[in-house]
Amino acid sequence: MGDASWLRQLVLPALAVVLGLFAGALLILISGDNPLTAYGGLLEGALGSWEGVGRTLDKATPLVMGGLAVAFAFKAGLFNIGGQGQLLLGAAFAGWVGYFFDLPAIIHIPFALIVGGLAASVLGATAGLLKATRGTHEVISTIMLNFVAANFTEWLVSRDGPWNDPDGGALARTPEILPSAELPRIGDLPVGFLVAVAAAALMWWVVRKSTLGFEIQTVGANPRAAKYAGISVTRITVVAMGISAFLAGVGGAIQTLGVNGRFEPGFNTGLGFDGITIALLARTNSLAVVPAALLIGALDAGSTLMQSRTDVEPEIISVIQAFILFFVAAPSAVRWLLRLRADAIESDDMQLASGWGA
Amino acid sequence: MITLGRGLTLFTIVALTISYQIDDIQTTAVAARTVREAAPLILAGLCGLVSERSGIINIGIEGQMLLAAFCGFLGASYAVESMGSTPALLVGVLAAMAVAAVAGLFLAWTSIKLRMDQIIAGTVINIFAIGATSFFFAQGRTMPKVPNWSVPGLDEWPLVGRMLFDHGPFTYLAILVVAIVHVALFHTRWGLRTRAVGEHPSAADTVGVRIFRLRYVNLAIGGALAGLAGMALLQSASVFNRGMTNGKGFIALAVMIIGRWRPGGVLAAAVLFGFFNALQAQLQFKQAFDIPPQFFGMIPFVLTIAVLAAAGLSARPPAAVGQHYETE
Repeated sequence: MGDASWLRQLVLPALAVVLGLFAGALLILISGDNPLTAYGGLLEGALGSWEGVGRTLDKATPLVMGGLAVAFAFKAGLFNIGGQGQLLLGAAFAGWVGYFFDLPAIIHIPFALIVGGLAASVLGATAGLLKATRGTHEVISTIMLNFVAANFTEWLVSRDGPWNDPDGGALARTPEILPSAELPRIGDLPVGFLVAVAAAALMWWVVRKSTLGFEIQTVGANPRAAKYAGISVTRITVVAMGISAFLAGVGGAIQTLGVNGRFEPGFNTGLGFDGITIALLARTNSLAVVPAALLIGALDAGSTLMQSRTDVEPEIISVIQAFILFFVAAPSAVRWLLRLRADAIESDDMQLASGWGA
Repeated sequence: MITLGRGLTLFTIVALTISYQIDDIQTTAVAARTVREAAPLILAGLCGLVSERSGIINIGIEGQMLLAAFCGFLGASYAVESMGSTPALLVGVLAAMAVAAVAGLFLAWTSIKLRMDQIIAGTVINIFAIGATSFFFAQGRTMPKVPNWSVPGLDEWPLVGRMLFDHGPFTYLAILVVAIVHVALFHTRWGLRTRAVGEHPSAADTVGVRIFRLRYVNLAIGGALAGLAGMALLQSASVFNRGMTNGKGFIALAVMIIGRWRPGGVLAAAVLFGFFNALQAQLQFKQAFDIPPQFFGMIPFVLTIAVLAAAGLSARPPAAVGQHYETE
């Protein structure tokens, strides 16, 4: 890949973001607010202070992991739409390790992250196994597992559940994690974000340089050819979904250890969908997932100040995201809207809809 | 298939009779609720069926239903300020069908004109629906209640009366639409063309079927059905809630797969899932066992996966589903 094409690859995502924000501005206008004031508040809330930047990084961290999860599954031709449930499991199990075990920080933190990731990977690997052996489409199974995970984690911390906080009264939550499990901050910089960036780098290496990465990409490109080449499609499907879910689970774990300090059910709903937008915005390149997640994280982080300035509900962010996802997946729409020449936008077709597997 | 269908029907009748002998009140409650819960799944499952039979995967049903429930609610809610409650509800129905049909046309357009991946396009609809309905949501509005149409005389019958003859209009409509789609799909020109386009588009093209037009038409029809599904949700809830579809659009896809892309199969599978939901609600309500409510909440979703896995490799979707068609 030449350097010129590297720059050209940025054209489509950039235009998609601009068009998405423009569509959002139209909606804000329709609902009777000033889009410039709204976006001004958004920008200031997200980047106007070091505290705001820290908040953006906090919001971006699970988004990086969620984006990596979707992107990794994409490499194997799989659509992991269950990031939400996997994240919840990761967050809950990390919360349990965080309060239950008393360990030195150097062991405690990685232990909690890994247990969270593994709990989530059970969910993902199940979906992978069902896909590979029974032809159950992963889009349906992972969504169903989202609801299962939501109910399960809610029970874990409910009053009758094993991990309930005895001091919480009627509140469903785990006890606070021990200080040794807390992911620290360096000034306003959350260490959890650095963990996410490291995960992105590691995934880049695995996909590009390792045998597993090669096998995964081969299965993703052409399962039949992979089978002829002696690659077990079943194994790769299970492993890819497992790793994908592991990444989402670690994202949830970081949220518990670095931001919330305990697990409470029901936070961050819709995060699984954010991962899809981010992965496609990054065109499934794991390094590009980081800036894409920062962008969506900034929208999230700034939405509170936007709301207090203009009454624009923070839900506008998911509408904007829907538009971004649409434009980034439909380069021809961007071309047509902006009257661009056919070769102005670099695009490779993203195709998942290969039927229902059977 | 016919023998399997008859066997299941027979089994259901026997099980219902025995269960009724043991506990008539609870059996009646669960049976009635099963039919009520099945209605939106039937309509949404048929939405998926009409789309996929013509070759387009519709993963956006969840979003279509949510948009439909939202617009149906607002439509009826504003209309009732200047008219009676029945015409206001009709305004709601039209709004619901229209918005979901537009979403269906959008899906067809992204696939045909933009050559976008159909799963991603459906996801766009879902994300948009969650965001837009929450963004424009206004608390405190009410809509006229959807009336209950009990059939005089018949609704007095034991068990069957409450189960079949004591429902809102959208429940009867759902069952009627099953019959209509069945006849249309297997006994009309449109149905033959739809099946041809879903199985072998190039052959259909050769004999002069206008594939793209047919797909637009089918996605609009499917959308209208998803709109009715949204209204069926409002029929039980009477008010719009954020995210009120709660995964039903995705369960509808499972219903379609388990129903093997046939209207009768969709009906049977939807009743099965309606039964899961009704059972869960009844067990939770009665606190029959010392089991936490969250586990009851999992039942429909776990069973969806289990039934899908059991149906497994024998499920055969329309051959051309998900593929873009190239005209020469």
